[in-house]
Amino acid sequence: MSKNGKILTPLIENDCNLLENYKKFKGYEAAKKALKMSQDEVIEEVQKSNLRGLGGAGFPTGRKWAFIPKNSQKPVYLVINCDESEPGTFKDKYIVSSATHVLIEGIIIASYAIGAHTCYIYIRGEYVEPARRIEAAIKEAYDAGILGKKVLGTDFNLDVYVHRGAGAYICGEETALLNSLEGKKGWPRMKPPFPAIEGLFRCPTIVNNVETIAYVPPIIQNGPKWFADMGTERSGGMRFYGISGNVNKPGIYELPVGTPLREMIYEHAGGIPGGKALKCVVPGGVSAPPLRPDEIDVPMDPDALAKIGTMIGSAGIIVMDEDTNLVEMLMASIRFYHHESCAQCTPCREGTGWLDKILQRMLSGGARERDIDDLYEIGDSIFGNTICPLGDSAGMVAKGYIDKFRGEFEAYLSKSIAAKSANSPELKKAS
Amino acid sequence: MPTITIDGKELTVEKGKTIIQAADEAGIDIPRYCYHPGLSIVGQCRICLVEVEKMPKLQVACYTPVMDGMVVHTQSERARKGRKDVLEFLLVNHPIDCPVCDQAGECFLQDYYMKFGLYDSKMLEDKNKKSKAVPIGKHIVLDSERCILCTRCIRFCDEVSKTNELGIFHRGDHAELLPYPGKTVDNPYSVNVVDICPVGALTEKDFRFRTRVWYLDETNSVCTGCSTGCNIEVHTNKKREYKNEGRRVTRLKPRFNKDVNEYWICDEGRYSFTYVDAADRLGVVMKRVKGELQESTWAEVMPEVLTALQSAKENNKRIAVLGSPKMTNEDLFALKKFASQTLGVSQMPVTVLPKEKPFSDDFLIREDKNPNTKGAGYLGYDTDHKATRKLLDDCASGGVELLIIFHHDLEAGFETELVKSALSGAKTVVFVGSNANTTSARATYILPSCTYVEKEGTFTNFAGRVQKINRAIEPLGDSLPEWTIIRNLSRKIGKALAYFEAEDVFKDLTKNTAAFSGMSYSAIGDGGLVAEENGKLKQGDAKAAAQKTETATA
Ligand SMILES: Cc1cc2nc3c(=O)[nH]c(=O)nc-3n(C[C@H](O)[C@H](O)[C@H](O)COP(=O)(O)O)c2cc1C
Ligand code: SF4
Ligand code: SF4
Repeated sequence: MSKNGKILTPLIENDCNLLENYKKFKGYEAAKKALKMSQDEVIEEVQKSNLRGLGGAGFPTGRKWAFIPKNSQKPVYLVINCDESEPGTFKDKYIVSSATHVLIEGIIIASYAIGAHTCYIYIRGEYVEPARRIEAAIKEAYDAGILGKKVLGTDFNLDVYVHRGAGAYICGEETALLNSLEGKKGWPRMKPPFPAIEGLFRCPTIVNNVETIAYVPPIIQNGPKWFADMGTERSGGMRFYGISGNVNKPGIYELPVGTPLREMIYEHAGGIPGGKALKCVVPGGVSAPPLRPDEIDVPMDPDALAKIGTMIGSAGIIVMDEDTNLVEMLMASIRFYHHESCAQCTPCREGTGWLDKILQRMLSGGARERDIDDLYEIGDSIFGNTICPLGDSAGMVAKGYIDKFRGEFEAYLSKSIAAKSANSPELKKAS
Repeated sequence: MPTITIDGKELTVEKGKTIIQAADEAGIDIPRYCYHPGLSIVGQCRICLVEVEKMPKLQVACYTPVMDGMVVHTQSERARKGRKDVLEFLLVNHPIDCPVCDQAGECFLQDYYMKFGLYDSKMLEDKNKKSKAVPIGKHIVLDSERCILCTRCIRFCDEVSKTNELGIFHRGDHAELLPYPGKTVDNPYSVNVVDICPVGALTEKDFRFRTRVWYLDETNSVCTGCSTGCNIEVHTNKKREYKNEGRRVTRLKPRFNKDVNEYWICDEGRYSFTYVDAADRLGVVMKRVKGELQESTWAEVMPEVLTALQSAKENNKRIAVLGSPKMTNEDLFALKKFASQTLGVSQMPVTVLPKEKPFSDDFLIREDKNPNTKGAGYLGYDTDHKATRKLLDDCASGGVELLIIFHHDLEAGFETELVKSALSGAKTVVFVGSNANTTSARATYILPSCTYVEKEGTFTNFAGRVQKINRAIEPLGDSLPEWTIIRNLSRKIGKALAYFEAEDVFKDLTKNTAAFSGMSYSAIGDGGLVAEENGKLKQGDAKAAAQKTETATA
């Protein structure tokens, strides 16, 4: 841990994609330590640290690892999710571009804990340069006896492969990712079975986010209490927050879990350009329902955000100032889901497209009285009735903007309808 | 076994079953598109949403396994709204072209809309355009706009035919079902995808625009395409006969039988009915006059055939009979009885193997393209091809005065030279059959017989399962069931066979043939019964037979 209290930031700042740099930060000492512990002890340490998945769902990491059946007759796999495609999210890119060795070390510890000897890193297709950098770091690790046969001189063997996706957001959903890895269409699977029981090639599999695994070595190195104490009651440590939109200093910030949203926007990200007023903020990637300015005192903690009807997700914060047209913002979000819906289940496939068409029409001067209610109802009909959370998100987001900013939607609507009738008197007469 | 409650009905269900399976068993109807009992479960279409107590979200009935104490509501307000919403989503980009769609009348979209949709459309947007009227195989046409992406057809090609031709391309509401590049859906079972497509996306070229389904009548039957004996429905159009273009059978559809074909039939079998009204169909009695075959009547020909039989018998000349594995058990039994009692013929072959080995596989399609070789064997016929050759050799060497041949086209299995000399070796050749061929062309008399859709009877499939066929249409022209022709002969010569219905023959047959003992039409029912060489019904079947007879008479 460095002097300014950050954990992974110093590694990124010192290009820990190079082994010699990483060594300066006690690189691979944690792995050596873990390999001397029992598997259960490692899992217990991670459990005690309150490390929760940082990919979106926020599931306690140690508890997930413990689901792997003991003495499985089948091989066990570890899969690292580097699909990072949620708009507003760009943290994993920094880790794999400049701190892959801490990821590799985390992979060694996690694989050892769950009994895996093969790990796949699934990286989004557009991350061309990061993929190349990961490959280079992996090669370095193999050459140094850190990966492959007899990891770090122990009896533990581990192979790590990089698999590049083909550019579908849905392949970040863990079961779609597994299908994609198997060479199938990236369609989410029905659960159960959960991946820990039947995952990749129908074998027990743990899928973890890049950042989640990157925090494992420091936890082993410094002990679970150290990590847990940094965070909130049920969510330990620090994490990366990506801030984008109308802020003076967009970027990634490594800060404790529970840092208030207001502090993120106005202190760390330097406030809103031109001193403009805040209109709306998305706390966890576009899939998280938006918040109003009067809600930003909330701590960035999974439980606290869930309590006010949104989520921390991937902690991608999108800030919108007073000039933002929220109908456009909703359209942009919905258009994304429409484009990315895998088409497997009916409500998401048809509902996202339908929402998109209504919003397009509203924005091109064709709004009609009932549009807001229709948007809300369609969102409500998607929500809860799909296979994977992508559909839920689309529904939640449509409902979320209308719930929080109904006034603005209504104002847009009446203005637009008035303009239309002013422009076409015949139409007005006819209707 | 878990006990669950669906709509207040308490059910005990086998562990591992899902809610929809439990509901199906209990006769509670839950809508479905992607779920099909013959395919893997994917939970994609979401139309089977139900409310399960203690579960916050609606659950898909197809995928959710039953658990002890589970309480399911299929008709609660939430469940009904959930399904109605899904239906509305399915129609967002659907062209609603029912008036020109062949599926109309047997479409799950139409049915469910009428049952629980009935909303006013709030859809104002333009619909997505997709491919229409794409021929994706020899028999199949795809309309992507009507497709609801249930993936049934894909799973059929992956899991049943195992030929993997279909996939879904693109994402979101632009997703489209299509064959993989360079592939067409031409596997031997391809048209089953049309049967299982719940909507009008996949239609059959042969059936397209032929008729509206509500004009069709359905008759349970058995496919005669090979010895598997897949269970089928024969669909006929008697209400709009002018639509038939000279074809009285409109289509065949597979009929579920868990012990035979499950839900499927092969394409060859599906289109095997065309001989019923083919150009070569024999509908008139014929006799040879001055070397030419001429139309005649039963009244004229029957006495002549009888005279020929009589004179052969009186002059101690040999009479030979070649039966056919295309005949029903009833036909074969009547023939056997008549031949041995009256004609003194006890050895009768039935088999003519084609010169080239026909296609077969390890699923439904069998090499033996006859529906009743097994039955012929049980009834004492010689099913060896060599026995037929011997008979032809005897004829060729002048040892046979009168030869009766059922159905066979001898040239399909023997050298033309042998066939010619055999047929000219016998003084009289009587051909009994439904369709003309090179053998009938050389006969002295042609007695037209019914096809399987024009008569009653039973076939015994390769595994010994005795299955019932039923009359779907009237016999064509003069044609009669083979057993009737034999019975008519028996009335004039020797001992008359006292049969009035096919069932009379079957009753006699079961009393006199060990393999069939204990069977009856009512016991055979729709699923069939397994005959065994030693004459004992399989234990389960015997019990079922007894039960069925009981309920049938009750
Ligand atoms: C539509 C969708 C997209 C997702 N994309 C990602 C992603 O890009 N990266 C990621 O780590 N998790 C993503 N997730 C979450 C994963 O399904 C999974 O929960 C996560 O990888 C588990 O790792 P964690 O426990 O370390 O967070 C996505 C989930 C959904 C539903
Ligand atoms: S919710 Fe959407 S993305 Fe998820 S499985 Fe269904 S169609 Fe695919
Ligand atoms: S063509 Fe028919 S069976 Fe195939 S996916 Fe579409 S609706 Fe389903």
